[in-house]
Amino acid sequence: MKILTTVKRVTDPDMKVRIQPDQSGIVTEGVEYKMNSFDEYGVEEAITLKEAHGGEVVVVSIGPGAATKELRTAMAMGADRAILVETDADLDSDAVARVLAEVVGREEPDVIIMGKQAVDSDRSQTPQILGSYLNWPQATFAYKVEIEDGWAVVGREVDGGTATKRIKLPGIISADLRLNEPRYASLPGIMKAKRKPLETLTPDDLGVDIAPKVKVLNYEAPEERGAGEMVDDVDDLINRLKDEARVI
Amino acid sequence: MSDIISRKDLDFLLFDCLDVEKLTEHEYFNGHNRETFEAVIDTAIRIAREKFEPHAAKLDHDPPRFDGTQVQIIEEVAEAVDAFVEAGFLRAVFDVEQGGMQLPYSVAQAFMAVFYAANCSTAGYPLLTLAAANLLDTHATEDQKRLFLEPMLEGRFFGTMCLSEPQAGSSLTDITTVAEPIGDGRYKIRGNKMWISGGEHELSENIVHLVLAKIPGGPAGVKGISLFIVPRYRLGESGKSAESNDVELIGLNHKMGFRGTVNTALNFGENDDCVGWLVGEEHYGLRYMFHMMNEARVGVGLGATMLGHAGFQHSLKYARDRRQGRSITDKNPASEPVAIIEHADVRRMLLAQKAATEGALMLGLYCARLIDESVVVEAGGDLESGEETGLLLELLTPIAKAWPSEFCLEANKLAIQVMGGYGYSSEYPVERLYRDNRLNAIHEGTNGIQALDLLGRKVTMKNGAALQALLGRVNATIAEAKERPELVETAKSLEVACGQAASATMALTAAAMEGKVDLFLANASVYLEMLGHVVIAWMWLMQAVVAHDQLAGDVDEEREAFLRGKLQACQYFFRWELPKVKRQSEFLGTLDDTTLSMKAEWF
Ligand SMILES: Cc1cc2nc3c(=O)[nH]c(=O)nc-3n(C[C@H](O)[C@H](O)[C@H](O)COP(=O)(O)OP(=O)(O)OC[C@H]3O[C@@H](n4cnc5c(N)ncnc54)[C@H](O)[C@@H]3O)c2cc1C
Repeated sequence: MKILTTVKRVTDPDMKVRIQPDQSGIVTEGVEYKMNSFDEYGVEEAITLKEAHGGEVVVVSIGPGAATKELRTAMAMGADRAILVETDADLDSDAVARVLAEVVGREEPDVIIMGKQAVDSDRSQTPQILGSYLNWPQATFAYKVEIEDGWAVVGREVDGGTATKRIKLPGIISADLRLNEPRYASLPGIMKAKRKPLETLTPDDLGVDIAPKVKVLNYEAPEERGAGEMVDDVDDLINRLKDEARVI
Repeated sequence: MSDIISRKDLDFLLFDCLDVEKLTEHEYFNGHNRETFEAVIDTAIRIAREKFEPHAAKLDHDPPRFDGTQVQIIEEVAEAVDAFVEAGFLRAVFDVEQGGMQLPYSVAQAFMAVFYAANCSTAGYPLLTLAAANLLDTHATEDQKRLFLEPMLEGRFFGTMCLSEPQAGSSLTDITTVAEPIGDGRYKIRGNKMWISGGEHELSENIVHLVLAKIPGGPAGVKGISLFIVPRYRLGESGKSAESNDVELIGLNHKMGFRGTVNTALNFGENDDCVGWLVGEEHYGLRYMFHMMNEARVGVGLGATMLGHAGFQHSLKYARDRRQGRSITDKNPASEPVAIIEHADVRRMLLAQKAATEGALMLGLYCARLIDESVVVEAGGDLESGEETGLLLELLTPIAKAWPSEFCLEANKLAIQVMGGYGYSSEYPVERLYRDNRLNAIHEGTNGIQALDLLGRKVTMKNGAALQALLGRVNATIAEAKERPELVETAKSLEVACGQAASATMALTAAAMEGKVDLFLANASVYLEMLGHVVIAWMWLMQAVVAHDQLAGDVDEEREAFLRGKLQACQYFFRWELPKVKRQSEFLGTLDDTTLSMKAEWF
């Protein structure tokens, strides 16, 4: 089975994000980067599936040259080879999906496993858009994946509970955080990753026009949260929720 | 984990100041590059952050206890240690043929530093095992390696070091544990050991005690000490742990800090049924132990440094957030209070912590780099500095152990002070870090013993060749610094301090040559502090040279602030601390006998 999985290099979510004074973007000076945490679940699941069913795990990233670091990490975890589609542009989800569709056309995987969203832009769009470009079935927000006879049975997190969906492969699965516990890149894995193949392409090589369709007008920080208040008793709490917050 | 370790600083020291990447030019290390080094540290930080740091306070509150049958340790410790083993850290420095990754020791020191900072008590278990494994790797037979070392590297057996006894700590000559030969390289062991870290627990299937004991009829004193492998359980047919080897737990020692690393009193051979396997030759045990001890001592110093470093990070963050008081020039009581980092006295305490911990971290890594250089030489690679490397390491070891355990402990004290009453409360980790760090001046040879080792042995060995080598290297840095106008003054003051240290050394060794050995060594602790200050100043001058040059290039605002901070901390150390060398040197030159002539009954 050939499994394609994707990773995005994102700003470290533990760091405080600052917005540039002209509101054109975020401050990137001194910012640290890491692998999008939902992608870690995706990579882990891809490797687990390979361990169970055999085959190959190909990991893909679209981003700056520095994203080779995240690709090497995925290979240190156990992916077999990597493809970097190198661009310094900040792509919208549609462009990412179109680039991926081209990569999928070349690689012809049996299944694609992606993080359900990236923790920097939090859009949760790419797997779904990719599904429509490829015309493949999708099962998003997976907390459990089983593969059998060319079908994937996927337990999904949905509003108000869980649901199970069966999709015919090839298909797309997006990972939620209960799916597994991603392994650490082990030291022997790091040494092996150094020798695993990493191919670098550009969007041009794939014939994809990455000009954004979504226009970002400006960036604004959310309003600061005010300090909390201690209420005297439950009655007071209920009254204030009714009268001031108007939520009950 | 940015709050307990500064990755930026670690990278600056490893790659910019010590150019660890250069090691990969040598055949032994050429499987690596900067990328693999960084990836190793990334994994360490991740595991330390997710598996070690979160239970550090809990383990301190709820340390290992004996329930009448077994030693109970909170389960988070086993999970953390498992993650450490699974990620391959135990094998990292071993040869590729042994399933290791031939990682340079400098990078290994860096990953150990990360675990120390996160949770030194839990880190104690695998790091002790690593030290014991290193010793077996160097001195054990192939059979012993197969039976004991391999399971240790797999994380199935853990290791301990059993030197101390109730009546013999600093003075190992006086150990009374005996080993009677029973054939096939096996011996019956009998005796009591005290203070044994990791001496009993259920974290591993077996425990491999490395025990110092005397074979009856051997030479007197330390020349009659041999080293034995004494497993908790004997090995059955398939190498699996089988019946008990008559190693009894007498009790647990309850401690001020490092509370999570179980510490035991052990009885070997109470029923005359404890078997040990000789390591190497009879009577060479202490020498084998000391081989390992150099690394262990550098490791203790690094541990002290990292506890100081973690305290510094916590108090720094606190000082940026905590608002209290107003600037001295602000007369308006209605104005907003300022963050306490705005007060010069708070910045003094932060600078003192920064200067001590970042200077000491560089020293710990520098020593590790020397160990790497000797590995290159051993592996047949050529390095001009072959012999010098060994000498320097010998000389720097007592300093690398004792200086951080004094001054980074002082840093922990200041971290508490910066945080006021909150620092003193167990709500915050800084009081725990202080308690943990207090051990480091005591174990692996007390600081008093380190001072005697430095002055009585290392400084005088080979006619002072080691000190010459040190001063040679310091002078090279001074010359380099002098090429930069902004650093000329700093370089000159280190030159002066070197002269002062040299003249104190001359006065002391002259006394030794006149036979006044007791006067020569009476104030050895002052000597260690003095030479330690010279060495740390040198570490700072090296950092200043790099920071200076990087500042001249194209750096962003963030980097500029980091580099300016380096230069300022260097300035702090040179203006506040280095001048002490002058006074200490003059004092040592007087061969003061106050402590020597004081009588016990006059107290
Ligand atoms: C938490 C903890 C963990 C430990 N873990 C281990 C372990 O795993 N394995 C192990 O073998 N040991 C271990 N030790 C023992 C440790 O190495 C000893 O405590 C240490 O070597 C000092 O010995 P001592 O306690 O007997 O003190 P002593 O040797 O009695 O020393 C008391 C004081 O006298 C001074 N002194 C002694 N002799 C001289 C001298 N000749 N000249 C000048 N001053 C002198 C010392 O500097 C010290 O200040 C541990 C100790 C502790 C506290």
